Amino acid sequence: MGMPISLALRGRHAHDERGEAAWQAALEILHEADRMFSTYRNDSVVSRLARHELSPEECPDEVRQVLALGELAREQSGGAFDVRRADPGGGTILDPSGVVKGWAVDRAVRAFDGLADTDVCLSAGGDLVCRTAMAGSPGWRIGVEHPHDPARVVAVVPVRNGAVATSGLAHRGAHIVDARSGRTPAGVASVTVVGPDLVWADIDATVAFALGGDALDWLRRRRRQSGLVVWADGSTALFGAGS
Amino acid sequence: MRRIALFVLSTLSTMVLLFGYSTSSSGPLATSAPTSIQSGPITSSSGSTSESASGSTSSGSTSSGSSSSGGTASGSGSPGSTDVTGSVADTQWGPVQVRLTLTGGTISKVTVLQYPSGNGKDQEINDYALPILTQETVDAQSAQIDMVSGATVTSNGYLESLQSALDQARL
Repeated sequence: MGMPISLALRGRHAHDERGEAAWQAALEILHEADRMFSTYRNDSVVSRLARHELSPEECPDEVRQVLALGELAREQSGGAFDVRRADPGGGTILDPSGVVKGWAVDRAVRAFDGLADTDVCLSAGGDLVCRTAMAGSPGWRIGVEHPHDPARVVAVVPVRNGAVATSGLAHRGAHIVDARSGRTPAGVASVTVVGPDLVWADIDATVAFALGGDALDWLRRRRRQSGLVVWADGSTALFGAGS
Repeated sequence: MRRIALFVLSTLSTMVLLFGYSTSSSGPLATSAPTSIQSGPITSSSGSTSESASGSTSSGSTSSGSSSSGGTASGSGSPGSTDVTGSVADTQWGPVQVRLTLTGGTISKVTVLQYPSGNGKDQEINDYALPILTQETVDAQSAQIDMVSGATVTSNGYLESLQSALDQARL
């Protein structure tokens, strides 16, 4: 889960100790999630669960929440998204990473809830959550990176309170696969989803990307979200309320 | 194992943390190589580039609203499998309860018994809007963006990313 975490604060507490304390608290929440869920750490709860050193009934409720989210995502994606996959030995590998990032950032941003008159934008590897609380705040302007040219933006999304997630091949190499076929999808360069919370924005962006050519149809059936699909040929399609 | 560079900039207080793990491997959230941390030649007017020893302090804010509690195990229909029903967890989205089915010590099924119908609190209509497509020639600066959502904003791609430029610019 090595990734850059970026924070932008503006307003009353942008430069004071309370802003700094909230940042440290947010980091601790992210580290805590990493300790619990990382499949790359032998001592994480998930790794211990996989080795049967920990029984599921001994797992914290956070683990059950994430498993529940993963299961919902599997159902709602028709199986394209799955936190579990078969391993060659016949068992099941549990890898909830696709749920954890959004879940963890949604939790971490709550560390800033108490900062009056302060806007916050917290990003983890290009997926982010925005909050505005400043009087007369203009809101945040979020650039959507061009999938073929990281130096350019393909769109701008105004967000006051909400989350933006983008999935694309550049992000995770060929790691996004359709869980049903095991294949990396073609046809889509990137999918950006804007929604109320990052856990679902991130899941939906990942699912839509995995669906390839079916991405837009699937996204248009989701509620309360907007966003952007960039096709492999560079053309774009907006979706969401009003589209 | 973990190094953190914390940048604090001036008017738009932007702080960047990069953390890398020596055991990074492939996976949805992983990068292909252990992260090499570069704090870069940041000079900020607020002057505080600091190292933070994180991960070692306890924090009261890390627990969710839910309490950790045990589940209920019971034998299920198929031989050799066991169902474990978790207690109801009160999450930010509402109550969640799941049941795990274990077969041979491995989770073979996760059943959601209870889940909130919505994805969260209702949003005001203007909380977010449709993306606005930009012109080919528009760069990040003239687009006046605060942050970037994108696929290359990873530890490997970060230093070349627009987000990095934004983090270092004194907007």
